[in-house]
Amino acid sequence: MRSIINYYLTVLRAFLSLIRGMKITGYYFLHPKKILTQQYPNNRETLYIPDRFKGRVVLPHDENNEHACTGCSICQSACPNGSITIHTVTEELPDGKKKKRLDRWEYNLGMCTLCNQCIEACPSDAIKMENKFEFSVYNRDKLIYDLNKPGSKLKEKTTE
Amino acid sequence: MEFTDPKLQVSEPNEEFIINVGPQHPSTHGVLHLEIKLDGEEVLDVKPNLGYIHRGIEKMTESLTYKQFSYLTSRMDYLSAHINNQACALIVEKGIEMTISERAKAIRILMAELTRIASHQLWWGALGLDLGAVSPFFFAFREREMILEIFEETCGGRLTMNYIVPGGVMHDLHPDFVRKVKEVMAQLKKNLSEYDRLLTGNIIFQKRTQGIGLLSQEDIISLGVTGPIARASGLNCDVRKLHPYDGYEKLDFKEIIATKGDSYTRYLVRLEEMKQSMHIVEQLIDNIPEGSYREKTKAVIKLPKGEYYQRVETARGEFGIYLVSDGGSKPYRIKYRTPNFSNLAALKPMAVGSKIGDLVAIMATLDLIIPDIDR
Amino acid sequence: MQNNIAQIHLVDITRGIHAWLFSHLNYGMALASELVFTAIAMITLVVVMAIVMVYLERKIAAFMQMRLGPNRVGLYGTLQAVADVVKLLLKEIITPKDADHFLFALAPFLVTAVSFLALAPISFAPGIQLWDINIGILYITAVTSMGVIGILMAGWSSNNKYSLLGAMRSGAQIVSYELSAGLSLLAIVVMAGSLSVNDIIQSQADGWWIFKGHIPAMVAFVIFIIASTAELNRAPFDLAEAESELTAGFHTEYSGMKFAMFFLAEYTNMLIASMLAATVFLGGWQPLHIGGLDGFNHVMAFIPGIIWFFGKTFTIVFLIMWFRWTFPRLRIDQLLKLEWKYLLPMSIVNILVAAFVTISGWHF
Repeated sequence: MRSIINYYLTVLRAFLSLIRGMKITGYYFLHPKKILTQQYPNNRETLYIPDRFKGRVVLPHDENNEHACTGCSICQSACPNGSITIHTVTEELPDGKKKKRLDRWEYNLGMCTLCNQCIEACPSDAIKMENKFEFSVYNRDKLIYDLNKPGSKLKEKTTE
Repeated sequence: MEFTDPKLQVSEPNEEFIINVGPQHPSTHGVLHLEIKLDGEEVLDVKPNLGYIHRGIEKMTESLTYKQFSYLTSRMDYLSAHINNQACALIVEKGIEMTISERAKAIRILMAELTRIASHQLWWGALGLDLGAVSPFFFAFREREMILEIFEETCGGRLTMNYIVPGGVMHDLHPDFVRKVKEVMAQLKKNLSEYDRLLTGNIIFQKRTQGIGLLSQEDIISLGVTGPIARASGLNCDVRKLHPYDGYEKLDFKEIIATKGDSYTRYLVRLEEMKQSMHIVEQLIDNIPEGSYREKTKAVIKLPKGEYYQRVETARGEFGIYLVSDGGSKPYRIKYRTPNFSNLAALKPMAVGSKIGDLVAIMATLDLIIPDIDR
Repeated sequence: MQNNIAQIHLVDITRGIHAWLFSHLNYGMALASELVFTAIAMITLVVVMAIVMVYLERKIAAFMQMRLGPNRVGLYGTLQAVADVVKLLLKEIITPKDADHFLFALAPFLVTAVSFLALAPISFAPGIQLWDINIGILYITAVTSMGVIGILMAGWSSNNKYSLLGAMRSGAQIVSYELSAGLSLLAIVVMAGSLSVNDIIQSQADGWWIFKGHIPAMVAFVIFIIASTAELNRAPFDLAEAESELTAGFHTEYSGMKFAMFFLAEYTNMLIASMLAATVFLGGWQPLHIGGLDGFNHVMAFIPGIIWFFGKTFTIVFLIMWFRWTFPRLRIDQLLKLEWKYLLPMSIVNILVAAFVTISGWHF
């Protein structure tokens, strides 16, 4: 007799546990306000990307097309996997002194691991991380490009 | 559900056949190749075949400096990225004998515990998915998404953050950090009872995990299994209690130990650990000390000649770094003791003798991350 | 249960077409064209229902999981099923090298034909019934059992050990759960006194059987829903076609339109099981009448029978879909244990209780 009662009690308890689970999915079915999907790319205007998000490295230029990179190549040594190649050129100034300046700041977005070491290592605060994230290309060669804009030069220090 | 004695003879000598699980399949979380020898429905032998995602991390580290090598550890156990980076930072600080500020320690512990909660969330969702219930996956990712957004705001990344560096942490906390963490904790408390009703109390789930995959304490000690799997079989091995680091000794949290050792117990142990991590976060979130968040280190760090070892508790077990330095700016040899490599060894004693349908349940509660095994 | 307001009933349209055909053509041609029209109507119904159910399944799953579901193709994603059908039509049909070609090609057709056959005795509206046979319920259960042959054929002819494993498991599951499903239907048949579908619907004119035959009918309803879910190979009983287990089930080797036939057959079977439950337990096309509330009853009777019928059917379809997205899977031995140790004894006891209740007249 006891085993028959246990049998029916097991069935009842099992049944109730299943109903409890169904109530949760039923609740979410009846409350479509709780839907979390963000309909990208329709919501590009209202998308919130935090400022510190590491999208890619950029070399900020001001309105006179000047940047702050001296071509010291410390970022190249700090990069763990060689995503940065700094091409410099030595030119001769009018007063005879030789000065090294930046020719091309070559960046390989495909290899960069966004580890932030180059930005920490830069002594002149020339590079920073941008928080954009849409970089798909059809050709992998397009991921290797120069960060400094054509015709830009080093911002001269106003106070010596 | 009792399983047959593995010492029983095979029904006929040629009835066994070998099935390959993987390397690509939706069940195990990563590229793991298992060769399973079956006799009808019963598993006779399980042989894992590793190396599909071996990237040579230990060799690569020999050509990187002490500031550069921690980004590779994020990619080993990618669900405990902060904790792995913490191990790298701690070993370098041990080598140059630097002490960091209290604020940096508190921030590190907060990030580590949030990572632990996020990792257990993903494990819970994937467990439901493996057993056939698709909906828990989405519920688990809802909370994990909130934690990842907190990471995104403060650290800049969601999965591989590279935020904990030798000397402290890389940036200071975002002004919204404390408020958002409190919101997440409140939401998580409410939703944990939902998890219990959806999966834990479900009779189908209980029948599929109770009594499956028993692992005795002797097996655990001889195989070197750590983490929630070991704690579910009675071994107390929480590194945060035995060898505390970064201020864990001042915090009040329980080490969850159970004795039964089956899949259901491992499940309950991990859910309890989530609650303990929430408790730690609540203790710290209102009392973050003021101060600097990063001490200055030299531009080129050189560790004195010698051998160093540092262990931390990741979401899956004990992660250890063994570093041999010859006095230069790059490590001479580094060896990672990863928790998943030892936990994989526990698969065979658990699976032999059980049915093929139980294998999925066992692997789901083992919570393996394959890049951690292959490094 | 017709109401007195002048309305165009569906049965008038069918009778009108029948009269027109038989008055304008000779007997043979009229019969042939009537059969052709009926066949086209049935196929259209099945196809439209299948498309609706595919869309419904994805949307219901999405809302239960806090996401949106298909919403790009067509308005709110309604053309998604059409896109899926077009995709399946364009896929290449590959037959494995050493497969049994005849059985491999025959299996999808067998499974689909069985589903169509079972639609014959079901009554959609007052007077709309394809074939009013006096053993309607027996016919439906008998015909749906033939689907197992198609599944075993598919598993065997694929020349793939995983398909065979899945097909054997699936076959064992379906054959076991037919017992409980049949016995639970029998509980109502005992109370109604007839196997004919029309008789059962007419006997529910004063109330649905789930209310009239209190305890035995409710227990039979629950058992029937569980057994039907298991017969359809749907979660939580879908071990044979589970994606995260080793085998992908008996339809591993099928691609393109043959795979689409299996899926059509599965959704049609779900529809038939729901229609059967709606007919036997929930009153078919009978409206909901609460004794004493005359105004309420008048409004309820105004809604046409076919809307009642499809409303009830889709409620049960929703219930079956709700199960899929909530519960984890059962293992094969737990599945069979559930049937032979729990559901079958309870159905037998239930049928005894139903017989006792009928004889002593304790139902309403």
